[in-house]
Formats: sequence, structure tokens, C-alpha cells
Amino acid sequence: MNLDSQTLWLLGGVLALLTVSSVIGAVLSMRVQSESGRRVVDNLNARTRAWWVMAIIFGSALALGRTALVIMFALTSFLALREFITLTPTRRADHRALFWSFFVILPLHYWTLGIAWYGLFVILITVYAFLFIPMRNALAGDTEHFLERTAKTQWGLMLCVYCVSYVPALLMLNVTGTRAGNVRLIFFLVCIAQLSDVLQYVWGKLCGRRPVAPKLSPNKTIEGLVGGGLSAVAVGAVLWWSTPFTPLQAAGLAAVIVAMGFFGGLVMSAIKRDRGVKDYGDIIPGHGGVLDRIDSLCFAAPIFFHLVRWIWT
Amino acid sequence: MTAALIAWFTRVLTGVRARWHGCAPVAEQRVYFANHTSNLDFVLLWAALPVELRRKTRPVAARDYWEGGGVREWLAGRVFRAVLIERRTVTRENNPLTPMLDALAGGESLIIFPEGTRNPDGEVNPFKPGLFHIAKARPEVALVPVFIENLNRVLPKGEVLPVPMLCSVSFGEPLRLADGEAKPQFLTRARDALLALRPS
Repeated sequence: MNLDSQTLWLLGGVLALLTVSSVIGAVLSMRVQSESGRRVVDNLNARTRAWWVMAIIFGSALALGRTALVIMFALTSFLALREFITLTPTRRADHRALFWSFFVILPLHYWTLGIAWYGLFVILITVYAFLFIPMRNALAGDTEHFLERTAKTQWGLMLCVYCVSYVPALLMLNVTGTRAGNVRLIFFLVCIAQLSDVLQYVWGKLCGRRPVAPKLSPNKTIEGLVGGGLSAVAVGAVLWWSTPFTPLQAAGLAAVIVAMGFFGGLVMSAIKRDRGVKDYGDIIPGHGGVLDRIDSLCFAAPIFFHLVRWIWT
Repeated sequence: MTAALIAWFTRVLTGVRARWHGCAPVAEQRVYFANHTSNLDFVLLWAALPVELRRKTRPVAARDYWEGGGVREWLAGRVFRAVLIERRTVTRENNPLTPMLDALAGGESLIIFPEGTRNPDGEVNPFKPGLFHIAKARPEVALVPVFIENLNRVLPKGEVLPVPMLCSVSFGEPLRLADGEAKPQFLTRARDALLALRPS
């Protein structure tokens, strides 16, 4: 069992938060009059329902332990990479390199995590796969857009596999000394990254006026970013007792997660706009694709991991 | 059992979701006609149908490819219960229409690819006349256009191993042969109905 009383308190908190959200959603649903308001509330409730499902899956993996967490994130990477590659125009000649990416590199990478082989974990994709993909594409012989096509596959692996895997990689760190402590570190990262998205959405809906990057993402506003970001940092500070950090350190790390998450969302939006789509997929009702939900985590996880590893181990 | 496993695996690869635009997934007798870009086309279309419809739906496939013995023949015969038709040396005795009309007479639905052959670049070729003859012989059967998107990237022509890629299967409004409609007009109308389903 990986859950001690502190972790149970955290999971209980999530349960309470989701219950409150569902109640608010139900009240709004009864009160709303206008057509446009109805759409916003329906979308909000779809999002809340999807949050329940995601929280239950994530919570179960946390409770089940290392193997379950690694498998859960490997599946997440698989779904995210599938969305990313679908949206990226590849050619016939990329087929074999893509097969390797999905069915060899991805499982191998998560296997290094499973056996906690840190040395290979950090270089399997950044060095070996980075060189292997252009090698395989060169053998296929198609030179049209060669650099572009190769870079797209490398990007897919880096974002959807390498960066995402830094969340369960926290289990490898020897910061807290206990397994339950490492599980809480994962909870801290995921909770702040996702809460930051939610709070930015809520603040943006309540008092958002000026868009930050109207071309990329019309729904991201300065008010949402500042209000949501500061609230998420406050939550991070309040959760200090569940981490190896002091309240000030917890706030600082939460600020890093918020900032990286914000830019993650922005970069992934830029790619979507370039491809002319709104979402990466439709697997999570109200949210879009898996990649739409974890874009902030992709950018926040590696930085959080290496900051913690550098300073606290 | 094998069928369920294959349907499940296809879903894992493609995340396929059926989009019912012009009709609902109800158990009436139908001929689904789709664009053809990959060997997996009929598997995907079949996997996108609800289980109870799957049991009553048989794909129409080329005898020369699926009757070579071994795994293929077993898959075609036992798992998918394919209606195998001749496409090389057509004579009066092995007219490809006969087995299709027989299957329809047995109350089953069909999956056909009226282009006749795979078109790997994702375009849609002019239709072969089979669809017209079916429409004429069985005017009460609904002809449902189905557009399959992206599957040519999952398993391109000449590849054996598939790559995961999100695919969609869009079902359009059923077509029927109009009174006195000539063959070329009907085939063009059917192809246009299929193209209209292509996601922009």
C-alpha cells in the first residue's frame, strides 16, 4: 500500500472539491436561462464529469503503486502520441519509423522507468531515438521534407513520451525517503498543473477581458492567467505539509509549474492553430483529446523533476 | 471471440468512433458502400458498427486475395464471413453479383467498395457498376455511403505492420435508385454522396 494518512487527506480533498464542483454545476444548470449560457454550463458539467473519471483513474494508480503508475502513464503517452501523429502530416516513408516509435521506443522507455534505470531513462529518447529516427527515415529513401518529417516524429516522442514520463519518474528520486512521500510528490505536480488550468479557466470566465495571445488562444486572458496562477501558487503553498518543502519553497515550485504549464498550453495551441484544428481529439468529453489535457504537464514535469533532483537530492 | 478481439484491437489502433450523420445504427437491411484505401477498411467499418449490427453484416472481398489458404482464408471464412467474389476472370458462371444478391436474399447487410481497388493516396475513383445493379435488383435495401478517413496512414499499401492513428467512419444518408435513373447518373450521385462525408 502506497497511501499513508497524508495521501488519504489529499485524495479526500480532491473528492470534496469534485463534489462541490458537481453541486455548483447542477445549481447553475437549473438557473441558466440564455442559449449561450446553456452551452457554457453544459460544457462545464461535461468537464466536471470527465474530471471525476480522470481523478478516479489517477487516484487508483497512485494507490496501486509503481507498476500501475508506470503503465497508466505509458498508456497516456500512447494516446497522446497517437493524437500528435494523426495531426502531423507524415508520408509513406515515415511508416517504419513510426512503428518503431509506438511499439519499440515507447515501451522500452517506460521499461527503463519500471526498473528505475535512470542513466538509460534520460538518454534513450534524447540520444538513441533522436539519432535512430533520421537513420530509419534515410533508409526509407524519401528525401521530400526530410528534415521536417524527421523533426515531427522526434517532437512527438519528446513531448508525448519523454516529457510525460517525467511525472512517474519522480518515483525514482530519493527526496522523501519513503515511497508514500514520492507518491505525494507526483500528486503535488499533477494537482498544481491541472488546478492551474482549471483556475485560469474559472478566473477567465469570471473576469477575463484582455487576451494574452489572441492569435493562439482567444480564451487565455491576462486576468485568468494572473488570478488562476496566483491561486494555484497559493494552493501549492498550503499543500507544503504533504511535501519535503517549506511553504515558501512549495510556493516557488508551484509558480514554476504554473509558468511552464502556461507556456505548454500556448505552444500546443500554436501547433493546433497551424494545423487548423481546435482540439487534438475527442476522447475526453468537454476537454478534447488527451494532449489537450496534459499539454501543461508536458512542459512542467521535466523542469519540476530536474529542479527537485538538483536541489533536494 | 476472435472477432471481438480483432474489433477491440482495431479500436485501440485507431480510436475509431462512428459518426452517424444521415442515418441511425438500426437493424435494417443495408449495403454500406465506402471508399477503399487500405486492406483494413472493412475491418474498421465493421468494428465501428454496434455488435448486434456486426453479426448481420458481411464484407464483400476479392476471392483471389482472401482464398489463398491459411490465416487469410480462415479470417475471411470464419471470422468475417466474407462474401468472396471473382474479379480477375469473370464469366457468366461466376458473376460477382450472384453471391452478393444471394447474401442479400438471406437477409444480411453488406459492406462493399465500389471503386473496385484500393486507392492509396486517399482520393476516390469512379465507381464500378456493381452498386447500380444491386440497387436495381433490390430496390428496398438502403444504400448507405460511408467515408473512412485516415486509414491509409494506419496500414499503407505494401506494409504489413500497422501504426496507431486516429480514424473516423462517417455514415451518410441512405440512397435509393430513382425512377428511371440511368447507370452513370446514379453512380455519380452515389460517389458525390460519399465525397460529401469527407471531413474538411
